[in-house]
Amino acid sequence: MSILIDQNTRVICQGFTGGQGSGHSEQSIAYGTQLVAGVTPGKGGQRHLDRPVYDTVQAVLDDMPVDATMIFVPAAFCKDSILEAADAGIPLIVCITEGIPVQDMIEVKSYVTSRGLRLIGPNCPGIITPGACRIGIMPGHIHQPGRIGIVSRSGTLTYEAVNQTTQLGLGQSTCVGIGGDPIPGTNFIDVLKLFEADQDTDGIILVGEIGGTAEEEAAEFIQTSVTKPVVAYIAGVTAPAGKRMGHAGAIISGGQGTAQDKTRALEAAGVKVVQDPTQLGTAMQSLLG
Amino acid sequence: MNIHEYQAKGLLSAYGIPVPKHQVIESPEQALRAYSDLGLTRAVVKSQIHSGARGKAGGVKIVDDAAALEVAVKSMLGVHLVTHQTGPEGLPVNQLVIEAPSEIERELYLGAVIDRAARAIVFMASTEGGMDIETVAAETPDKILTCVVDPLVGLQPYQCRAMAFKLGLSGTQVRQWVNIMQGIAKLFVERDLSLFEINPLVVNQAGDLVCLDAKINIDDNALFRQPEIKEMRDPSQEDAREHRAAQSDLSYIALDGDIGCMVNGAGLAMATMDLIKLHGGAPANFLDVGGTATAERVAEAFNIILSDQNIKAILVNIFGGIVRCDLIAEGIIEAVSKTGIDIPVVVRLEGNNAILAREKLDQSGLNIIAANAFSDAAIQVVQQAQQGETS
Repeated sequence: MSILIDQNTRVICQGFTGGQGSGHSEQSIAYGTQLVAGVTPGKGGQRHLDRPVYDTVQAVLDDMPVDATMIFVPAAFCKDSILEAADAGIPLIVCITEGIPVQDMIEVKSYVTSRGLRLIGPNCPGIITPGACRIGIMPGHIHQPGRIGIVSRSGTLTYEAVNQTTQLGLGQSTCVGIGGDPIPGTNFIDVLKLFEADQDTDGIILVGEIGGTAEEEAAEFIQTSVTKPVVAYIAGVTAPAGKRMGHAGAIISGGQGTAQDKTRALEAAGVKVVQDPTQLGTAMQSLLG
Repeated sequence: MNIHEYQAKGLLSAYGIPVPKHQVIESPEQALRAYSDLGLTRAVVKSQIHSGARGKAGGVKIVDDAAALEVAVKSMLGVHLVTHQTGPEGLPVNQLVIEAPSEIERELYLGAVIDRAARAIVFMASTEGGMDIETVAAETPDKILTCVVDPLVGLQPYQCRAMAFKLGLSGTQVRQWVNIMQGIAKLFVERDLSLFEINPLVVNQAGDLVCLDAKINIDDNALFRQPEIKEMRDPSQEDAREHRAAQSDLSYIALDGDIGCMVNGAGLAMATMDLIKLHGGAPANFLDVGGTATAERVAEAFNIILSDQNIKAILVNIFGGIVRCDLIAEGIIEAVSKTGIDIPVVVRLEGNNAILAREKLDQSGLNIIAANAFSDAAIQVVQQAQQGETS
């Protein structure tokens, strides 16, 4: 078991024939993902990576069932692509692209929510269920099927957590990168809910960072509704206030969003918060006993 | 991205929002011409820097005649103004605004932000104009009125009226307030703002609403579709190294330590700074080199890091992902030899072919130390920096 995706998930790629979309589609196919088709407007009818290419998302759905889409189109066109996928009713939309205007995301988030669909990202590494399905840009080979659910605002820090849990033999049930933007499609609480309900997830690693109050909200949810052990790390203890640390959402503003506040909230909710990101795996191992 | 007060006021005017008559000047001659063009008998002179709290720092002066204006302008232009928001070096004052003074009856506050929790634009207003709004929020949160803009239908007049009545406005002031809020909502969306503030928004002695100051931040991600605003960028108000890094699409932020950092990924870059601190060192910068750590990008990143004179050692921390680490190692070796770096460079590479990469780094004959793991790298670079200090 896992959350959101498994070996039966049928995936398409929007931006299929572009550099990023093509390269990562190839990796996902090699990983065993059921990538069934791609979309590039104007290239409908062609074949790419031995898969059919369609002009529109709806045209794919007219031909075959689709469970998820991964979006690799440039930031300026992402709003359009996400709305196209949502309008076609694809239940899981994963957007990898970084740099989408925040006002586009306000509209997109509102629309996707009104349709009852799930958007992961943008500005994220994607989602992977090890050994079964890879939607995104993460290095597949560091993952191992296992017991730990990972949810993170950062790409490369997710890989750190994955690497540690693999080396300790714990493995991962599913890893979800929710992305570093101020308005993400999916937040910590959405993913915590799924991990709590998933029989094959025994422990949860949460990787947060400065900016916003998503970690504080997650802490409240964990306090009341999560029974599984949770280990967390918050990046940005040394980050100065008022500066955007790479991610659009990583900024301490008006005294809000500090790593100290987030750590305090999570600890009060019974979460083991590590100060050293290289201790995520061992901390989880000791909680699981 | 930040813009100057005069640029913000230009945008306000374009959206029909009332501001005092003003001109921006760069010399005493221009100031005197503006004084007579505007037909002033008194004037407010305001330093244009990307910071608030200018008044307290001496960056705003009121003058009663042309002679006093000339003296004030000469003393204000060209200085580095230090406010509690700028840091000790301050920011250069290259431009001043000459403005008609307002006879103030009441001072209000009006702001708008992208609220992450509400996932919408949220307006905030308060009767405590002229004060630091964060202080008001902390001490008397009940004095801040808020209103959420629904992404589907936008800001509605009834929402603006409700705020106006709660602020104690009456008569034509209510209509003026509604116009101001609606204008801002339009400006906010059309120009991709991420933050907007009028503090203070005053009621003058004639009973009219006027925006005395204006602060605008623009969403960097949206600059591709805001060419006019992109032109408003003033590099003199930005850290030179941050500006240079931005030109090369590198994300760099200067800090005050002595250990340079080059990392792929924003989260890992912050974690690297944190781990250096945890092991007793002090990071000199945040630098996200991005997913493609090619020799050219790595070399440019080294150059930016090294332009900071305090650097005693450098930590390169790359989680290779799907890129082969031995190729990244070759890039690092090429960049280190090309840029002639003589301080120690500790390198941690994780991912495909990491062992081969370490061998290549060890055999490079350069001052490169290959670390085995993230912790090991942080500990080693802190030691190297401390040795650099004592030698």
